[in-house]
Amino acid sequence: MLLGTQNLTAHYGDFQALFGIDFEVDAGEIIAIIGSNGAGKSTFLKALTGLIGAARGQVTFEGKGIGGWAPGKIVELGIAMVPEGRRLFKSLSVEENLLLGAYTKRPGPWNLEKIFELFPILREKRGVPSTSLSGGQQQMVAIGRALMANPKLLICDELSLGLAPIVVKDIYDALPKITAGGLTAIIVEQDVGLAQKVSNRLYCFQEGKVSLTGKSNEVTREQISLAYFGV
Amino acid sequence: MIEWVNTILQGVMLGGLYALFAMGLSLMFGVMRLTNVAHGDFIILTAFSAFAATASLGINLWIALLLLLPLAFVFGYGLQRGVLNGTLGDDPLPSLVVTFGLSIVIQNLLMEIFSADTRSISSMGMETKSVQLAEHLFVGVLPLIIFLIAVAVAAGMQWLFGKTAIGRAFRASSDDKEAAQLMGLDHRHIYALATAIAFVLIAIAGVLQGMRTTIAPSDGPGLLLYAFEAVIIGGMGSFWGTFSGGIILGVAQAIGFRIDPGWGILIGHFVFLAMLMVKPNGLFPKTK
Repeated sequence: MLLGTQNLTAHYGDFQALFGIDFEVDAGEIIAIIGSNGAGKSTFLKALTGLIGAARGQVTFEGKGIGGWAPGKIVELGIAMVPEGRRLFKSLSVEENLLLGAYTKRPGPWNLEKIFELFPILREKRGVPSTSLSGGQQQMVAIGRALMANPKLLICDELSLGLAPIVVKDIYDALPKITAGGLTAIIVEQDVGLAQKVSNRLYCFQEGKVSLTGKSNEVTREQISLAYFGV
Repeated sequence: MIEWVNTILQGVMLGGLYALFAMGLSLMFGVMRLTNVAHGDFIILTAFSAFAATASLGINLWIALLLLLPLAFVFGYGLQRGVLNGTLGDDPLPSLVVTFGLSIVIQNLLMEIFSADTRSISSMGMETKSVQLAEHLFVGVLPLIIFLIAVAVAAGMQWLFGKTAIGRAFRASSDDKEAAQLMGLDHRHIYALATAIAFVLIAIAGVLQGMRTTIAPSDGPGLLLYAFEAVIIGGMGSFWGTFSGGIILGVAQAIGFRIDPGWGILIGHFVFLAMLMVKPNGLFPKTK
């Protein structure tokens, strides 16, 4: 097991967002997390990346309790995230955004040249402000920026959000190339069909709990519907 | 005619000093939205430190400056890490109150140690030397040096922000603190570095202010006001913007002084107010 959570809970003030999530991902796996808005998916990712607090043992990475660690320390361990809405740095150029991804200087296969091979359009646009790009290109920068950290685990939050279907296809077509080197990935995705197609296993969240988990090609539409909306 | 050229030239030189006052302020505000109300008092504090080192301890001015700059860096880092980071948040009030408190503490501390007398740092004869640029057109060596230092600092800050890894980290933290954390940046450390650099600028400005004119413990708020005005006239877009804001303020004051010695400061304020009405985001606003 590369990363796991044990009975993970999370709160925003008095509001409890997660109620005891048990989750695990093995090295090399691609895991999809699905669920409706407000099911706790983004909160769960925040707990993994240290943006909200957790008890030490609630999140483990390579056998080490990392719950409640500072986000920067977690990146140094090799967990990088493509945040929802891309969150590019607007006063930085495309290339500067990518370079910032390498802030922790983790060694590994990814560098500017490799990112430009993966997304050739970014080489052309390297000097322009990141805000001048189209939504799809911005998503490429966000993915590239996370890869520059040379992570062991890549977390992608809602890659398809706000993008045209054809662009979403382009982005997901790049995924096999990204994970070819054995990279582990957690993908949060609204499009259930797409999530099933690209992942090995999936978790469905509902109201802060895991309502379904299984092999992506074995769970049925009926099971998912039930897990998605409840009874 | 030549008198007016001379007036504007003196204004540009004075503006260089205002630009130095302003750049530290705009650096801290730009990176972490922190308004340091004690900015002017810290300038005066460093000026008095240099005065004490040179006049009382007899240390050579350049050696004193060499000692003061790294001290200011360490002090700024510690102040941000130990005190100011705790005041930052969505609400700007805590940081305003804390820096306002620091302002009062510094003024009273200086008053206690140095009394209310005005002092000046001896610039070893430089204050009386001048160079001739044209017939009837002279410029003092010290104002010229101050201006050139201001140009060098603006260029250096622009390079630091635009071309270096730490500059990228400053801009990224300013854009989106949370996303920056996801890249592995520790914003507490980044903020402390920004304040450390701002305090180096403060120390440079303080020593030069003490050399150019007299200093008194209660001078700080006035300097803060000039720094504010320069930042707002210039806009938050770049350090050259802040620099130009300082120059405009300096020239406005020099022209005012030329018309009537009582008007100099007032005309500077008028130009600032006019700017607020016409271009509230300054000459070079943050575009992106």
